[in-house]
Amino acid sequence: MTDQAFDDAAEFAGRGLACIRGERIVFADLDFSLAPGEAILLLGPNGSGKSSLLRVMAGLLRPAAGALTWGGAPVAEDPEAHGGRSRYIGHHDAIKPVLTVRENVGFWSSLWSGDGSTATVQRALAAFGIAHLLDVPGRWLSAGQKRRVNLSRLLAAPAPLWLLDEPTTALDRATVAVVEGLIAEHRARGGMVVLSTHTDVALPGAKVLQMDDFTVPMDWAGLDAAEEALS
Amino acid sequence: MIAGFGAIVARDLRLALRQGSDSLMVVTFFVLTVVLFPFGVGPEAGILERISAGVLWVTALLASMLSLDRLFQTDYEDGSLDLMTRGPAPLGVLVLGKVTAHWLTTGLPLLLAAPVLAVLLNMNAAGFGVLVLAFLIGTPTLSLIGAVGAALVLGARRGGVLLSLLVLPLYIPVLVFGVSAVDAAVMDLPVRAQLLILGGFLFAAAALCPWATAAALRQAVE
Amino acid sequence: MHRFANPNRFLKLANAILPWAAGATVILLLAGLYFSLVASPEDYQQGATVRIMYVHVPAAWMALFVYTAMAVASAVALIWKHPVSDLFAKAASPVGAAFTFIALATGAFWGKPMWGTWWVWDARLTSMLILFFLYLGHMALMNAFDDPQRGFRAAAVLALVGVVNVPIIKFSVDWWNTLHQPASVVRMDGPAIDPAMMTPLLLMAFAFKAYFVTVVLLRMRGEIAEAKVRAISMSQVHG
Repeated sequence: MTDQAFDDAAEFAGRGLACIRGERIVFADLDFSLAPGEAILLLGPNGSGKSSLLRVMAGLLRPAAGALTWGGAPVAEDPEAHGGRSRYIGHHDAIKPVLTVRENVGFWSSLWSGDGSTATVQRALAAFGIAHLLDVPGRWLSAGQKRRVNLSRLLAAPAPLWLLDEPTTALDRATVAVVEGLIAEHRARGGMVVLSTHTDVALPGAKVLQMDDFTVPMDWAGLDAAEEALS
Repeated sequence: MIAGFGAIVARDLRLALRQGSDSLMVVTFFVLTVVLFPFGVGPEAGILERISAGVLWVTALLASMLSLDRLFQTDYEDGSLDLMTRGPAPLGVLVLGKVTAHWLTTGLPLLLAAPVLAVLLNMNAAGFGVLVLAFLIGTPTLSLIGAVGAALVLGARRGGVLLSLLVLPLYIPVLVFGVSAVDAAVMDLPVRAQLLILGGFLFAAAALCPWATAAALRQAVE
Repeated sequence: MHRFANPNRFLKLANAILPWAAGATVILLLAGLYFSLVASPEDYQQGATVRIMYVHVPAAWMALFVYTAMAVASAVALIWKHPVSDLFAKAASPVGAAFTFIALATGAFWGKPMWGTWWVWDARLTSMLILFFLYLGHMALMNAFDDPQRGFRAAAVLALVGVVNVPIIKFSVDWWNTLHQPASVVRMDGPAIDPAMMTPLLLMAFAFKAYFVTVVLLRMRGEIAEAKVRAISMSQVHG
């Protein structure tokens, strides 16, 4: 956790992205761009593809069409580098019940940034007001505490791009404010954030992506016609 | 890369230690199943001696399957696998780390128990050394092949049963040469060729299986 | 090339090929059966039992051929994500398993009069038996997931792992067999084959191949229809 600006931040963009889940086209022809210091807020009803888009951005899901670029270079060419410069927070907290909070966070910190020291973990936890949980095993944590431990990985292994899938689930209002503050700080240092949410999260000046704009109705007749035209 | 490997081995060993019981269960299964054989085929020393190498190997195959389905299962369920597949540490290296930890907690205890069971089965003492050596070379191959299967059945219905159907046929080469090496040693024949072939399997598996497992894991989290 | 994996072009091709493949199957099978059951000589040693070979050998060839084809299709599916190759692997695997089973069963029928036993742990038979298990695993994995796509991809990786292993297994079984098998056992491959036996053998082999093409195309057509039904009912759910 440093206060320096990210020197590896660059424009993160996607062109013509499409995603197929379980034979259904979730979204298509989706474009976005994100410059250092910017944020994108994903909005839309359940099933509109917010999580899928975040997983595409995280490199967990290969897009059915389109490509992601980082500073103009295709992300798909070096997926591991992308893993190094981005952090993904999904629906699961990835916390082992038998490991202490220190071990749970430290492992990922060392894997991602080669750090993993107790001091780093402690500082990350302190930012979320849970420094006292350092030696508590994961199974004793409440849902809200687990979420905060999960989010503290963002600080224990700094990276310019944060991909947050409903990060405020199970958090109380006060903690949501903490998250908002950390996101603002992150952006001030040149970091980038993509965030999906159902609740209100204040992201001043964020671009808004309405996911329903990119849904495609399932239409075999239309597809047949398109195929006909192509052949 | 080396650091990522070390970190994941340490984490998985710590998990195994805290959760306990897996190693003990595998060894108990191994011992118990081997002990069943005298009841099945009779306590005649000659017969037991004749089949001892085969019994030990077949039982070890089955025992090493026991905990395989858990290799990636919990990481898959709690979201850790999502984070692992994203890098920056290459997924193949992490797989190798997980397999190493799995072998240390299940393969190694089998290896230690094998000579004791060989005594119970009246195996000629000339075979003990080669038995341990063959287990040492052969069981890591089993863990590597098993990892591919464990990754493939993530999220499947009846994953555990399915896993044995996928993996057991692929274990046959290790079984053939493992048993052959021990049998040859007992009969005081050269065992070099068998051990070299087992070593070849191990290297081939170490080169190919992490890669195939990584491919299967990436698909599982998609 | 196939932006949203619309299989219509494939369907057109399949519909054009199907009648020819089905016709070829019937004609070749009738001719093959005539030559193998009536017009070919009896073996001076094996008698009429040799006629089992005309089913057994082509079935064994097909068992290997189908697995290879499946592995190639799986590689195509994984590299280019071409959906038709997934469908091929799914359609081909039970057919390949059936051919393997036929090879095993006819081998046993032949073994009983010739070797005096239904089953011997001959290297070839054993390898075939393991191949049969590989097919079963492939089929089981393909159908073990709620999301058919996941089943396709997992089965594709398994098919490739399997095809790398087939030569290793074959090698191991041969080694194992030479260690354990008494050398006196008659092998299935006798001396050079009589040309009069070659005709029915080849006819049956081509008949099996044509049958394979027919059945796989039919099954793939069924799969596509099923996918369309799923898509339609899904569009009703998601609007």
